[in-house]
Amino acid sequence: MEQVKFLVDLGSTFTKVAAVDMEGERILGRSQAYSTVDTDVMAGLLEAMEEARKQVGLAAVAREDVVACSSAAGGLKMVCVGLVPDLSLKAGELAALGAGAKLYQCFSYELNRADLSAIKAVSPDIILLVGGTDGGNRDVALHNARMLASSDIRSIVVAACNRVAQEEVESLLQAAGKPVRLADNVMPEIGRLEVESSRRVIRDVFVTNIVKAKGMDKVMGVVSEVVMPTPTAVLNAARLLSEGVGEEPGLGEIMVVDVGGATTDVHSVATGHPVEGALMKNLLPEPYVKRTVEGDLGVRHNLDTLLILGESKGILDKQDIEEARSSLNPKTLPQSGPQRLLDMKLARIASEVAVERHVGRLEDWYGPSGRMLVQKGKDLRRIPSVIGTGGAIVFARDPKMVLEGVLFDKKAPNLLKPESPRFYVDNRYILYAIGLLGNSAPEKALRIGKQYLQAL
Amino acid sequence: MDAENLTVITGTVGQDSHTIGVSLLSRFLKENGFNVVELRGLTPPEDFISAARETDAAAILVSSLYGMGEMDLAGFKDKCTEAGLGNVLLYVGGYLKIGRHDWKEDEAVFKKLGFDRVYPPGVELDEVLKDLRSDLGKR
Repeated sequence: MEQVKFLVDLGSTFTKVAAVDMEGERILGRSQAYSTVDTDVMAGLLEAMEEARKQVGLAAVAREDVVACSSAAGGLKMVCVGLVPDLSLKAGELAALGAGAKLYQCFSYELNRADLSAIKAVSPDIILLVGGTDGGNRDVALHNARMLASSDIRSIVVAACNRVAQEEVESLLQAAGKPVRLADNVMPEIGRLEVESSRRVIRDVFVTNIVKAKGMDKVMGVVSEVVMPTPTAVLNAARLLSEGVGEEPGLGEIMVVDVGGATTDVHSVATGHPVEGALMKNLLPEPYVKRTVEGDLGVRHNLDTLLILGESKGILDKQDIEEARSSLNPKTLPQSGPQRLLDMKLARIASEVAVERHVGRLEDWYGPSGRMLVQKGKDLRRIPSVIGTGGAIVFARDPKMVLEGVLFDKKAPNLLKPESPRFYVDNRYILYAIGLLGNSAPEKALRIGKQYLQAL
Repeated sequence: MDAENLTVITGTVGQDSHTIGVSLLSRFLKENGFNVVELRGLTPPEDFISAARETDAAAILVSSLYGMGEMDLAGFKDKCTEAGLGNVLLYVGGYLKIGRHDWKEDEAVFKKLGFDRVYPPGVELDEVLKDLRSDLGKR
């Protein structure tokens, strides 16, 4: 055995470890332990590492062989401050989500005192400040920088606004002693989305500042690096699995559905261009790599939303709802057969609704020349592969039943959901690990991913 | 008036996809130093306003050749005012109403809707440029 890498996900509920034999491209062990982030992230990490070490049969693990991603301590908390809701603010939102953030709130136009209080209440790790095309509106970005400078908010500001306003934004904030970083404008002109630079800066801030700020520096005794937020690792894995690398082909366009206790994430790596002559008329293009997060769709937290949606969709009956209300709380794992079935139904609703919100839709426009089809968002009907991950799918007895929620529905034909994709389940819980390995050894990571994802 | 750094928004409004005229106009304005944001065909009225807010545009030039302009642009000036764009110049041109009638009627209708300049189809591009420079100079 040449080299074993330990890939850690410091999660908010569980800390997971996957041990990978880099030469044989095999998974040698995986373990998980309850994270006790409220008290100390170390306990769960040490427990999971110890278990994985035993499985592999090593005497000791060198720190250099351990890398991690993290969504512990609330994940990467962000708010976005922008100008027009459908333009720069939307671009900022896409950039933040693509950088793996947990986006708490978005503010359009000029910030006022009440907005500042709201931001302070969230106390985000990063404020993404956008607004104005290059050479376009600069007053709003400057006003917002001035407001943030005058406040007692300590969050790091990443300014990806009008290029012309950036230097002044930087000096305004610096003069008030606020930490600030600059990134390329997320929307340098109308109809152009440039999110890569701010994604890079956000990730860099995460690695250099946030991990320490969350009191996680002790982790560094065990882990060589916390390289990215967990959602970014999953997004990286999706991209790698889709595009392939070097000689190793990918699976083509891909969707990843991640149903969790508190949120449901959907990632798509696809152009989503219209397939049958619909007209695409968006002020802002859709990103090729797109992540959406539904903060109201979790199978444990905010259960009420799922119950209401489940009833209206006819997936849950009265008895299910009573059972869910009385027996499920954030710490419950399903015990009995009926509870497992209930859990599966909840996950099904989450995947169905999250994908409905992620995909594009067709709208009818009636004009002098008759009916016209206009597409808003991505057409994902032809997407060939859908991967399910997250506890609620991975541990479901029938993951296919949960994943079928993503399918195109003849009763709602305007929603451009996948029609006949091949389903895969991340049943070894390794997507994040593939994304982490993808940084240093992409070809190996891709082969391991293709080997261990289970086709349904 | 130096057009350098001045941004204008162009496009055809509503369901109209006749973009040749507005493309020629856009090209001409670019050649004469304007920064032109081209929204092209089938542009909802609100998109002109969003684009103008984000780019700090000095003028919005709307083209409509399918006769439905009056319907598409009802309340347009009010929406601009509401969005803080009260000072942005509004120009409109094209086949603004259906049927044979005196073009002066069109001009009156669209002036009443709040447009600063109203042009018939086939207007000379030079004339628009001259008006634009002169109107911007007064601001």
